[in-house]
Parts: sequence; structure tokens; C-alpha cells
Amino acid sequence: MLDDFFTRALVAGVGVAVMAGPLGCFVIWRRMAYFGDTLAHAALLGVALSLLLEIDSTLAVFLSACAISALLLTWRRTSAIPSDALLGLLSHSALALGLVALAFMTWVRVDLTGLLFGDILSVTRTDIAVVYGGGAAVLAILALIWRRLFASTVNRELAEAEGMRPDTVELIFTMLLAAVIAIAIKIVGVLLITALLIIPAATARRFATGPEQMALAASIIGASAVVGGLYGSLQWDTPSGPSIVVAALLLFLASFGVPGPKRRGVGQ
Amino acid sequence: MDSAENAPSAPILPTTLSESAAAQVIAGADGIEEAATLLREPLLSLQGAGLKQAGRWSVRGVNLSVAPGEIVTLIGPNGSGKSSTAKMALGVVNPDEGEVWRRPGLKVGYAPQAVAIDWTLPLTVARFMTLTSGLSSPEIDAALTRVGAESLRRAELRTLSGGEFQRVLLARAIARKPDLLVLDEPVQGVDFHGQNALYTLIRRIRDELGCGVLMISHDLHVVMAATDKVLCLNGHVCCEGAPKAVAESVEYKQLFGDLATPAMALYEHHHDHTHLPDGTVRRAE
Repeated sequence: MLDDFFTRALVAGVGVAVMAGPLGCFVIWRRMAYFGDTLAHAALLGVALSLLLEIDSTLAVFLSACAISALLLTWRRTSAIPSDALLGLLSHSALALGLVALAFMTWVRVDLTGLLFGDILSVTRTDIAVVYGGGAAVLAILALIWRRLFASTVNRELAEAEGMRPDTVELIFTMLLAAVIAIAIKIVGVLLITALLIIPAATARRFATGPEQMALAASIIGASAVVGGLYGSLQWDTPSGPSIVVAALLLFLASFGVPGPKRRGVGQ
Repeated sequence: MDSAENAPSAPILPTTLSESAAAQVIAGADGIEEAATLLREPLLSLQGAGLKQAGRWSVRGVNLSVAPGEIVTLIGPNGSGKSSTAKMALGVVNPDEGEVWRRPGLKVGYAPQAVAIDWTLPLTVARFMTLTSGLSSPEIDAALTRVGAESLRRAELRTLSGGEFQRVLLARAIARKPDLLVLDEPVQGVDFHGQNALYTLIRRIRDELGCGVLMISHDLHVVMAATDKVLCLNGHVCCEGAPKAVAESVEYKQLFGDLATPAMALYEHHHDHTHLPDGTVRRAE
């Protein structure tokens, strides 16, 4: 069944979307979209590093994203630079540094388009194993820290006062985010990974009555976007990564046509 | 409302009969309060605690302790260090000087001043109740009923009015049966009669749970009536003691000026927050 490249793409893409859903919810709840973007851009630096040191690229991307997030967390605490300026600085510097570093390595041929926009159709069985193994680990850890992380997201001081240790769970969360980016880079690429995190989550918000339902709905919506986007790209011969994001966007727009669950004070 | 309930000098009600009896044996009927405090180790204490913010002291030299069954209230004008003191007591921040001690394993129920809930976050009252501890459905109902908010169980948190929100915050804090209840401006956004009712409720909950209560407030006289001990802050502890003694002290009158006279009691002049168009509250501190 996995002999067909298209089937492999579907299986891997759905796996990434299921994993990205719950994390994407936290990304939008915590207003970390730009943070995710920065980590993703830093991934390019990780790819360059992996080629230079001849180590596994997923591992290198994970490590570089972890390093960038550690840098951000400490810098944010000590620096007077506003955090969006800081993110912008790091995000684009990391992207530029990665591109320059890759250009220097004339001895390797790098598929830059694949890195930036994803190359889901070249997914191998090993990639699928990484997506499902890594994804299961990410979701299992997220489930373990769920209550603490959610409490810290709603109100950090309250969580801290009642012994939820927000510092620890927030650090774990950024590492999970780094892991998702490392795993998903092959599927949608550096530039589009944030879209796969936040668009399904934003769509899910329309139907959700609670955080857990929203996380589940985000996974389902993300998986649908992957399936729809891949079939669309097959049908109209469009690039697969961007097609998935466009499918997610269409689902988001369509969600406005569907009435949400009834709740008190619908007037927002 | 029963008038004894509002008397400023209402003694602490010991949590168990045996403690009560012991207290009476030791101290006689009129010394229950002191004896009960002596019998119990405090839940937390601050010794000469101070906190720096952006290089300047927001509060210094605070000595404070909260015993089980005791209601301690921090009052003071805007920027006087009430919140800083509470944060040190809670362990949210570490003091820059002095020491903070909390009883090991102390279970805290905290009702913060403002909880801004974003549109992106779908959160019902029932889910909010289980934010930091797993509660059964009857436990959630019991806590909501206790504060008169049982009808709000399925409501989305964002749609609550100020008064409803305060009740839900209180319900969530008491639902986990804490040893210490910390309430930051618990009557904010509540009208005067509602305030009285809420303070009475807080005292009743204290009696039921036997927990210590640390309260922060900037309205003066109503809160004075509902408390056992008052700490009046203005960058340091200006005056402290039983509400009546504090209200009559020179330092208190200097600090609050005209506000210290009962005729002005209904006014809240110390605004330390603004109300945003969407109804959320942004604090200045």
C-alpha cells in the first residue's frame, strides 16, 4: 500500500496534521504564531548544519529550533527589546543565515524549493516512521503536561500560585513545538509550517465548546486539509505544500458559513 | 444579614471543637483569638520581605503571617505594593530581600484580579473550574452553588458580567478545598450590596473550610468589616492590626486622607485598572 508515492504522501501528511492540531491550538491561545514562524525559519539553519556536520537533518532541525527557542526565552527575560521586534530579528536573520550557509556549501546540491515549500511527494517509508513515531511521542508528552500547560495559558500567575510550574511546562511546550517543526518540515516546508499549525486551530475554534474538543477538531480539520490539498494538487498539477495550505484556508473560510454551537452571548 | 457577622471584631472561629475547647481552656472565653493563633503554625509568613521592580523598590520590609482560619487584608493606594506582597506570599516571585516561608505542601486557591479570556480560547465555567485540579461533577456543582453561580455552569467565561466572574473565580478557588485562599480585589465590578454579600460569603467559606484568607483590596470600609487583621501598605507597612485599631490610627488617616472618613466609604478613588472596550480589564501595575 505504501508503494505508491501518493499514498505515502497522504499517510505522512495526515500524521503531521493530527500532531499539529493540538499544538497549533496552544500556539494561537498563547499568541505564539510569530514564535512558531521564527522556529521554522531557524530550521533552515538546522538543515545547513546537518549537511555540514553530516548528521540527520530532522535531529539537526530539532536541535537548532530548541537552541533558538532557548535563546528567545532567556533574551525575552533579560532584554528591553520588545518581543515582536526580537522575533522579527531572529526569524529573518536565521532564514538569511541558513540560505547563505547553504549557498556556501557548493559541494552539496540542495533542493531549496523543497526546503521552503515542502516536498511531500518524495516522502519515504522512513519519513513515515519518523512522523508517526515522533508524532506519538509529541502527543503523549503533550497529554502528560496538558492540564499544567492549559492552566498556564489561561492565567500564568494563577497556575504558578497553585503549583502548576508554568516555567517547566512552557519550556517543554517549546521543545514539542521544535519537534513538530523538525518532523513537519519535509511535508510543508519552512515557510508554510506555521500555517498548518494555526489555520486548522483557528477553524476549529468556530465549532469548539472546550479546549480539548478544539484540539481534536483541529487535528481532524488539518487532516482533511492535507487530503483535500493533495488531491487538489494531483488534479490541477499545483505544488503540494501550498495546495495543502490553500485547502486549509478554504476550510477556514467555509467554516464561517456553518453555524457554530449555541452559546450564551453569541454577540461576542 | 445578621449584625454579628459584620462586626469588625468578630473572633476567629476555630475549625474543630477540640481546638475550640483547648483554646478556651488556655485563654478563657475572651482570648480565643490569640490562643487559637498560638495553637496553630501559620500557613505562611514573610519576614522583612521586599521586592524590586525595574530597579526600584515596590515594597520593602513586610512582616506578615496568615494563620488557618484567619482573614488578613492588604489595603493601600495604587502602587503601594499590595500585589507585590501577595505575589511574594504566593511564591509567584521571589523576594529581593527578606524571607518568605510557606508551610510545605500548602494548598493554595487563588482568585487573581483579572483574567482576560481571548476569543480564541473556548472555555466554559465548568472547564475553568477544573483548571488546576481534577474535580468531579458534584464537586463543581457544590462550589458553584456555594457562591450562587450554579446557573452559570455551562456559560462561556467570556460572556460573564463582572460580578458573575468574581463569583466564578471564588468558586474555582474554593472548589479545590485550599488551606489558603488568596483573593485579589474579590469584589471588583460588584455593586455595593453585592460587595457586602460577597464579603459575608468569604467569611462563611473561611468558617467552613477553616482556611486562611489573604485578601487584597483598595476599597476601605467594607473590607475592614470583613477581616481579622489589616495591613496598610504604602511601599512599606504603614500600620497594621485589628481593623478598628487601624481605622483609628494616624498613619491610616494620613494615607487615605478624606477617604478614611466613613462618609466617603462608598467611593473607590484608587483606580489601578482600565476597562477595555471589549469588557476585559487591564491593570496599570
